[in-house]
Amino acid sequence: MILKLAQLQVQRPARVKAVGTSAELAQRLAALGLRPGREVEVVRRGWLGGPLQLKVGGTEFMLRRVEAALIEVVEPAVAPATPSHASGVAA
Amino acid sequence: MKRVALVGMPNTGKSTLFNRITGGNARVANWPGLTVELASHRVLLGGSMVQLVDLPGIYDLTGGAEDEQVAQRFLAETELDAVLLVLNATQLDRQLALALQLKSVGARLIVALNMADEAKRGGFDIDTDALGEALGSPVLKISAKYGHGVDGLKALLATSLSQKPARLDFARLRPAEASRDAEAALYAQAVHRPPTLPPGPTQKLDGWLLHPLAGLPLFVVMMAMLFQLTYAIGTPLQDGFEALLGSVKDAWLVPLTGGLPEFLSGLILSGVWDGVTTVLTFAPLIFVFFCLMAVIEDSGYFARAAFMMDGIMARVGLDGRGFVMLMMGFGCNVPALMGTRVIRDHKARLLTMLTIPFSLCSARLQIFLFFAGALFGPRQAPWVLLSLYFASIFIALGTAFLFRKRFASREPFALELPPYRLPVMKYVVFRGWNECKSFLKLATTMIVIGVVAVWLLTNYPNPQHSYAEVIANFFQPLLSPIGIQAELSIALLFGFVAKEVVLGALAVIVGADGAQLATHLAQTLDPVSAYSFMLFALTYVPCVATIAAMKKESKSTAFTAFSVVWSLVLAWVLSFVFYQGARALGF
Ligand SMILES: Nc1nc2c(ncn2[C@@H]2O[C@H](COP(=O)(O)OP(=O)(O)OP(=O)(O)O)[C@@H](O)[C@H]2O)c(=O)[nH]1
Ligand SMILES: [Mg+2]
Repeated sequence: MILKLAQLQVQRPARVKAVGTSAELAQRLAALGLRPGREVEVVRRGWLGGPLQLKVGGTEFMLRRVEAALIEVVEPAVAPATPSHASGVAA
Repeated sequence: MKRVALVGMPNTGKSTLFNRITGGNARVANWPGLTVELASHRVLLGGSMVQLVDLPGIYDLTGGAEDEQVAQRFLAETELDAVLLVLNATQLDRQLALALQLKSVGARLIVALNMADEAKRGGFDIDTDALGEALGSPVLKISAKYGHGVDGLKALLATSLSQKPARLDFARLRPAEASRDAEAALYAQAVHRPPTLPPGPTQKLDGWLLHPLAGLPLFVVMMAMLFQLTYAIGTPLQDGFEALLGSVKDAWLVPLTGGLPEFLSGLILSGVWDGVTTVLTFAPLIFVFFCLMAVIEDSGYFARAAFMMDGIMARVGLDGRGFVMLMMGFGCNVPALMGTRVIRDHKARLLTMLTIPFSLCSARLQIFLFFAGALFGPRQAPWVLLSLYFASIFIALGTAFLFRKRFASREPFALELPPYRLPVMKYVVFRGWNECKSFLKLATTMIVIGVVAVWLLTNYPNPQHSYAEVIANFFQPLLSPIGIQAELSIALLFGFVAKEVVLGALAVIVGADGAQLATHLAQTLDPVSAYSFMLFALTYVPCVATIAAMKKESKSTAFTAFSVVWSLVLAWVLSFVFYQGARALGF
């Protein structure tokens, strides 16, 4: 499912599809690792409408919600296995 | 002389490595974008002198912020024997592109994969040979912070500077995007890491420090602890130092100057000595304060402060980085003003610069420590201080709020949140000592001059009808409505030059040093007028050095003049409202 990065649920990794920000910010984001094809995760949302804390690879950084609304991500079709589910399979 | 440039993305440890190799004292902090100017230092490597140049961090060779352009300009204009590229070994998935881009402009690279200690802990397995082969340059794992591998790097540098120096060929520059695919391929080939890792200490700490409800209270607690600790450790040191200086005066100076004419002994004893020693006794407090600040800076908390405050800062027209600059300004406003170079948008940068002079720097801290100690009990004093820090932040943000339309901008920014790092004791002490040293240097030059000038003003033509009195009387109509009396107004006048002079000037005007001065203040002031004085001293122009830095960074005389006038007007209005309000309420 395609959605905006700003709408992505916390701690649900998704894949970047398109970065629709200004070219300059896109370049900075790419330097921080966020570019089409890479996996991104929203670690937490700042309070009072503050920025998102994002994680791409080994890098964490903050990005404001307005800009995050310009980035499209694709959620994996199958929800990642929850720990309880995984342990159920193992048992 | 051979020349080598230290290049790399922000916060990869370039300045740490620079200090390691050269023994220099570039500032280091766990905050991307700390270095905003070139720093160079000579070092003897394998028999030849090499000039090592520490550059501001760059994300690629085409970034537009002022600090990045400083680095780009240097790289474009300077003949280099080699480029020492510092990459964060745990972030090669995004940092290799810089190596490829530098390669494409013909840089002679030596690649240092820094933070090898963190890479090891994170389970990274890096094939340096494969990287070296692909990049056509030597690649070394090092840990600049702990010194691992630095000797090997120095040896390598010594042997690889034999070619003629050359300039980078920016005509062949390709956009960073062109290297992304190559970067991904190279990363896949040379770096392996376990697919998932359990949450580390950084994630756990962030859970608390960035908590929507607990985060801000924790910040306040931390600040409060900073002052309590500064007080608890610094005050006994200060008292001891003061006692020592006092006995030096009685045992040596008084007998020694006994034979001199009255004018000279007066100038030496109650001019220079009283003035300067009153200021000097704050050296231990400055030392403790900066050691503690260094701990905060090097921990990585600054970036978290930016994250937490961004929501509020956005409402006053600034962003989270502006809040961090204010915190840096707690040390000294000048580097904080320079630190705004990381902000690309000119208007956003100006608005941030407008707020920084209100940041309560260590020179003002010294005045407030003294006044709070003299007029409030030891239990209240730390809270008085804390309230002044909040006033400082509030005034800064209020100023931004008032002028946010005039400097409207919406600069998008993405700011890295580096992992928390343990401060190194040596650097912490080093930082405290360096600040202490520059404070002492100031105390022995500027302050001596200021103090002598004040002494002359207060003693000529004669102590009863001095020039100082004339000046004080002139300002009295302006300052008495805000509860600032004559002797304080002269001190404020000199405080315009540097806040460090204020206490020294007061000591001379009152004719008493240290403890005596405190007693005198307690007798002539009450808490309301003292707080009004502190509020004024907090808000009006910090010092000429700040004005100069403002002018240099903004490149605008009009803007600088505006900032000065605004701070003077605001200082008066705030003190007036406070003083008259408190009096009206019966305090
Ligand atoms: N764990 C670890 N930390 C390091 C190492 N080298 C540097 N650091 C830390 O990384 C942070 C950044 O170091 P700096 O030397 O200021 O980085 P810089 O590249 O000069 O940063 P900018 O000036 O902002 O571009 C500091 O907290 C250092 O203590 C290392 O080898 N290992
Ligand atoms: Mg640096």
